[in-house]
Amino acid sequence: MTSARSALTALARSTALAGLALAGLAAGLTMLAAVLLTFAVGLVIVFPPAVRLARAVTRLQRRLAARWSGISIDEPYRPEPPPPVPQHDGWYRDGRTLYKRPTIPAFNLRWHWMTKDPATWRDFAYLLAAPLTSGLVAAAPLLATAYGLVRVVGGDLLGLVWVLLAVIVVPWYAPWAVRLHGQVAAALLGPTEKARLAQRVSRLDAARTEAVDSQAAELRRIERDLHDGAQARLVAIGMTIGAAEQLLESDPQAARALLGKAREASATALQEIRRLVRGIHPPVLAERGLGDAVRALALDSPLRTHVTVDLPERASAPLESAAYFAVSELLANAARHGDATEAWVDVSAQGPALRVTVTDDGHGGADPEQGTGLRGIERRLGAFDGVLAVSSPVGGPTTAFIELPRAFRVRTAPMTPWRYFGRLCWGLWPIALFPQGLVAMVLKLVGSPVKSWFLGLHVPEPFQWPVIVGMILLGGGLLAVALATTARTREAEGGACG
Amino acid sequence: MRVVLAEDLHLLREGLVALLRAHGFEVVAAVESGPELLAALVGERPDVAVVDVRLPPTFTDEGLQAALAARRQVPGLPVLVLSQHVEQLYARELLADGSGGVGYLLKDRVFNGEQFVDAVRRVAAGGTAMDPEVIARLLASNARNEPLGRLTPREREVLELMAEGRSNAAIGQRLFLSDSAVGKHTASIFTKLGLAPSDDDNRRVLAVLAFLNSK
Repeated sequence: MTSARSALTALARSTALAGLALAGLAAGLTMLAAVLLTFAVGLVIVFPPAVRLARAVTRLQRRLAARWSGISIDEPYRPEPPPPVPQHDGWYRDGRTLYKRPTIPAFNLRWHWMTKDPATWRDFAYLLAAPLTSGLVAAAPLLATAYGLVRVVGGDLLGLVWVLLAVIVVPWYAPWAVRLHGQVAAALLGPTEKARLAQRVSRLDAARTEAVDSQAAELRRIERDLHDGAQARLVAIGMTIGAAEQLLESDPQAARALLGKAREASATALQEIRRLVRGIHPPVLAERGLGDAVRALALDSPLRTHVTVDLPERASAPLESAAYFAVSELLANAARHGDATEAWVDVSAQGPALRVTVTDDGHGGADPEQGTGLRGIERRLGAFDGVLAVSSPVGGPTTAFIELPRAFRVRTAPMTPWRYFGRLCWGLWPIALFPQGLVAMVLKLVGSPVKSWFLGLHVPEPFQWPVIVGMILLGGGLLAVALATTARTREAEGGACG
Repeated sequence: MRVVLAEDLHLLREGLVALLRAHGFEVVAAVESGPELLAALVGERPDVAVVDVRLPPTFTDEGLQAALAARRQVPGLPVLVLSQHVEQLYARELLADGSGGVGYLLKDRVFNGEQFVDAVRRVAAGGTAMDPEVIARLLASNARNEPLGRLTPREREVLELMAEGRSNAAIGQRLFLSDSAVGKHTASIFTKLGLAPSDDDNRRVLAVLAFLNSK
C-alpha cells in the first residue's frame, strides 16, 4: 500500500518535473531572446529581467531537488552588489564618468554582477538542456502511454503493450527519474568547485579573523589576571619572607607569624593559577581527552547528566578544547537559564567529523542570536569550520547540535579484489539490463525483424525468452552487487562524505 | 611505617621525603615515573603510597593509573593521590572499589605538614582523605538533591568534614563540639539521607561519599 502510494507520488513528481522542464525551456528561450537582443541589437535593458526570471525558475528546481530527491544544492550566485554610494559632492562616480542619479551606476553594477558570474550562464545552459535530459527521462512513461494510446486509437492493439510496459515499470522508474533530475540539477545548478572554494575561503577568512581577535583578547585577559593576581601575590610573598628573615633573630614570634601569612598567600596564588589554567586548557582534558573531560563536566554539573561517548581516537588538542568549552557553556546555560533538571550529552564520530549533541529538559526558548554565550561557542567552532545548531522551542526541550568536520583521520578503504569486482559490476550491469534484456524484450514483443547484436534474438526460438529474462535478471543482479560493494566501501571508510 | 613516594618535581620530592622522615615514616622508594611507581608498589608492598597524578613519560594521569593498577593487584593498598587540580571523576575512580584506604588531596595541602601527615596516617589505616575542594564540588553538583536540602547548616558542616574522611573526634575538635554532640548530628544526617547508621568511622565515610556520588 505504502509502496503503491510512494510510486504514485513519484509518478506525480516526475510528471511535475517534466512540466517544469517545459516551463524552464520557455524561460531558457526567453533568455536566449534576451541575450540575442542584448548582444546583437544592444537592448541591454532586457537582460537583467531575463536573468531574474531564469534564476527564479532554477531556484524552484533547486528547492524541488532538495525536497524530492534529497539532494541539497547551494545557490552558486555571487552576492548582489550594494547600491552605489554618492561621493561627498552628491554625484555618483562610475569609472571615469560622473552621474547625477544612481540609476545608471546601479544598472552597471547589476550588469557586471550578472554577466561576470558563471552561474548565470550555467543556469542558461541548464534551462535549455533540462527538457532534453531529465525532462525527457521524467516524461518517458507518459510519452510511452500516449504513444501506445495513439496506436490503439489507430486500430493497432499492440499499442497496449506500450501502455502496459509503462504501467509496469513506473513504480521503479518514476523514483529513479526524480532522483536523476536532482543529480542533473546538482551538476549544473550547484556551485562549481571554484565557486565553492571561493565561498569557503571567504568564510574561513572571516572565521580566522574572529578567532585571532578573540584569541588576542583571551591572551590579554590571561596576562591581566596573572599580573593582578598570582604575580602580585608572589611579590607580596617574597617581601613577607624577606621581612621574616630580618625578624628571625630579634623576634622569632613575629617571624613565625609572617611566614604563616606567606604560606596562606602562596595557597591563594595557587588557587588563582588553578582557576586560570582551568579556563585556558582544563587539566582533565589534557590528561584524559574529550570523553572523560565531558564526563567530568557532567559530574560537576548540578543537572543529572547522562553522557555517552563513542570516539575512535583523540582529536587534536585545539579541536578537543573547542568542543569541551562548547559543552561546558551549553550545560551551564541549561542549568542557569533553562530550569532543566536532566541533560543528555552525546559525543560521537561520524566519519571524520566530530558530533556533539546536548539535550536538556528545560523550558527552551534559547536563541543563538541573543545569547552572547552561544555566539562565543559559534566563534570558537568557526575557527575549525564547525557549526552549532540550536533547536529550542518555547516549552522545551532544548537540543544543541555541534559538528566539527575533519576532526579525525579519514580511513580510505584498501583496494580489495571485492572492490575491483564491484567496479566491473558497475560497468556491466547497464549492458545486460538494457540492450540485451529490456530492449531485446521490447523488440521481441513488437515482433520486430531487427536482431542487431541482441543475443536473445539470435539464439533458436525456444531459448529466446529464457535468454532475455536471464539477461534482465543478470543486469539486476550485477547492479545489486555493484551497489552493495559501494555501500560496503563507504561503510569501511566510516561513512565519510566531505 | 613504610612509604612509597612518586613525584616528578625534584624539589617537591625532596621536600616530601624530608617531611615524611621527620614524622617517623620510612621512605622505601621515591620514584619519578609511572612504570617505576607500579614496580615499586607491587614489589615493596608499602603501608601507604603518596602519588602525584601527573607523571612522566606521558605527563597525563600516569600516577593515578599506576595507583589504580596496583590496587587491582594488591586490593586495599592504601594510596594517597596528590594533584594540582581535583576532579570528581578521579575521586570516583579511586573510591570505586569501595574498599577505602584512599586519599585525594590538592598539592597545596602539603603546606600544612601536620594536617598532611595526619591524612597520610588516616589513609594508611584504611581510612579516607578527600580534599575539601572535592567535597565542595560534590556538594555543589548535588545542589538540587532533595535530602541534602533538609540538613541544617551545622549538619552540613559536619557532613563536609565527615566526607573529607575525619573521625568524630576530629570533627568535634574542628567545630568545637563535644563527642556526643557530633554523634547526635551524624545520627540526624544519616536519618535525613536515609543511610544505615554505622559505628565504624571508615564505613560511615564511604557511605556518605557513595551517597554524594550517586547523583
